[in-house]
Amino acid sequence: MLPMSLVSRLLMALALVQPAAQGEFVPVTPGTATEQLPAGPLVIAAYAIIWVAMMFYLWTIWRRLNKVETDMHALERRKHTK
Amino acid sequence: MRRLFMPLLVVATAMFAYAPYMIDGAAYESSMGLVQKIFYFHAPSGMMMLLSAIVCGVASALYLWRRKPAMDHLALASAELTVLYGLIVIATGPLWARKAWGIWWDWDARLTMSFVGWLIAISYLFVRKYAGPGSDKLGAALAVFGMANVPFIYLSVNLWRTLHPKTSVVPSLPPLIRGPFWFSALALFLMYLLLLTARLHLERQRAALDALYLAEED
Amino acid sequence: MFVSTALLVLKKDFAIEVRSREILYTTLLFALSCVLIFSIAFVKEGEPLLDAAAGILWIAVEFAGTLALGKTFERERYGETLRALLLAPAPRAAIYAGKMLGVVVLLAIAEVLLVPLVALLFHAPLFAQPLLLVALLAAGTLGFSIVGTLFAAMLVRARSRDVMLPILLYPMTVPVMIAGVRGTSALLQSPADTATAVMWIGLLTSLDVVFMTIALWTFEPLMTE
Repeated sequence: MLPMSLVSRLLMALALVQPAAQGEFVPVTPGTATEQLPAGPLVIAAYAIIWVAMMFYLWTIWRRLNKVETDMHALERRKHTK
Repeated sequence: MRRLFMPLLVVATAMFAYAPYMIDGAAYESSMGLVQKIFYFHAPSGMMMLLSAIVCGVASALYLWRRKPAMDHLALASAELTVLYGLIVIATGPLWARKAWGIWWDWDARLTMSFVGWLIAISYLFVRKYAGPGSDKLGAALAVFGMANVPFIYLSVNLWRTLHPKTSVVPSLPPLIRGPFWFSALALFLMYLLLLTARLHLERQRAALDALYLAEED
Repeated sequence: MFVSTALLVLKKDFAIEVRSREILYTTLLFALSCVLIFSIAFVKEGEPLLDAAAGILWIAVEFAGTLALGKTFERERYGETLRALLLAPAPRAAIYAGKMLGVVVLLAIAEVLLVPLVALLFHAPLFAQPLLLVALLAAGTLGFSIVGTLFAAMLVRARSRDVMLPILLYPMTVPVMIAGVRGTSALLQSPADTATAVMWIGLLTSLDVVFMTIALWTFEPLMTE
């Protein structure tokens, strides 16, 4: 459930950051003229970005390593069959 | 190094997963409120970026003079990590700036210089991939110049007027904030060591494979 | 020994250049076309934008310099003469210094043409503080040439060197460019902000020292096969 709520909060943040196209002019309600950008989703997004970036990088290393090791095994097998 | 990998993985991820709880308990900054919490990841990531740029530069200088392949591997691995942490810095910074300054990006000195440092690390990887024979030395010279850039990135906020907070912020942190800050810095540093170990292992395996191919041809 | 070797390399490059004047003319023409291109972007309704002149001047120098750097070593590569030059019983760093001085002289000639042109075409009071402007241009050009000559020399043997030179050179020379542009635009204000300009000249000089140290130090191992 946690990831789902996280995703929805992220989407909410995005929606707030990029306002949807408006059909008509909406006058500002008095007293709320300051920008109301929620900080929570921004903080969560920053934390998520770090996790995703590091895990993605670790995954690319793992993938590249697998490829190298496959090549190594193939080479050794070829040596044995010779 | 290989035996270090699993314990590092466990400790680093556990610390990094626990960091939000500590940060949640830390005091709020007066004018920025909740969004200031990004600072706990952003600033240490910046430190890691500069650190890996320095490691890359020193390893490259040693490689230029001693010609030890191990130094070349270290330089390549830390260049990739400079790009990774630079990406984190450049991605988390605007999230904070949007709330604190009202804009995503500003061409002030610190941002520009960090962007330049990041670009140099990218061009290092570019050279290593596409410059063909001799690219190891070419990249090494580039990394040494990139390292010369690091003090300018660090001092840029003190040298001229910018929007970005100054370097005096971190030493002046109150004790209640200092704890969580250095905790997440340590978590990110362990992550850095973890990724560096993994990347070095990959590079060594690659070198071993190349040696095998060469032996095969003979 | 060091100085005489450097001057000898400089003299050799000059002797070749004087005969064809190819690099000089192409660089000057390229600098002119840069100024023309910028006039499209930075002139609005016949009036040049404020502060545009400083940026135009420096970017024209940087672009023309990149072209000149590529050309200088292209010539050495064609004649296979770089190897012969490096085999000479002389300190390698001196050969580098001679090459670098050649680039500085070439860019200085280009600047002699560019500065009045930019001042004239973009209504910029560039001659209000001639000494400070000369100091800025000298320190900036030196910094650019130090990095540029080293990279161009390294790239002589590399693959896709034409693309590589700007990609490596521009990020590396951004600090020099920032200092040059900010310093020049401080001079262009009325009254000229000399204190700021002097600060940028100081920064440029320290950059020059750092770059020069690294370049002299890395040229030897870089050029060893």
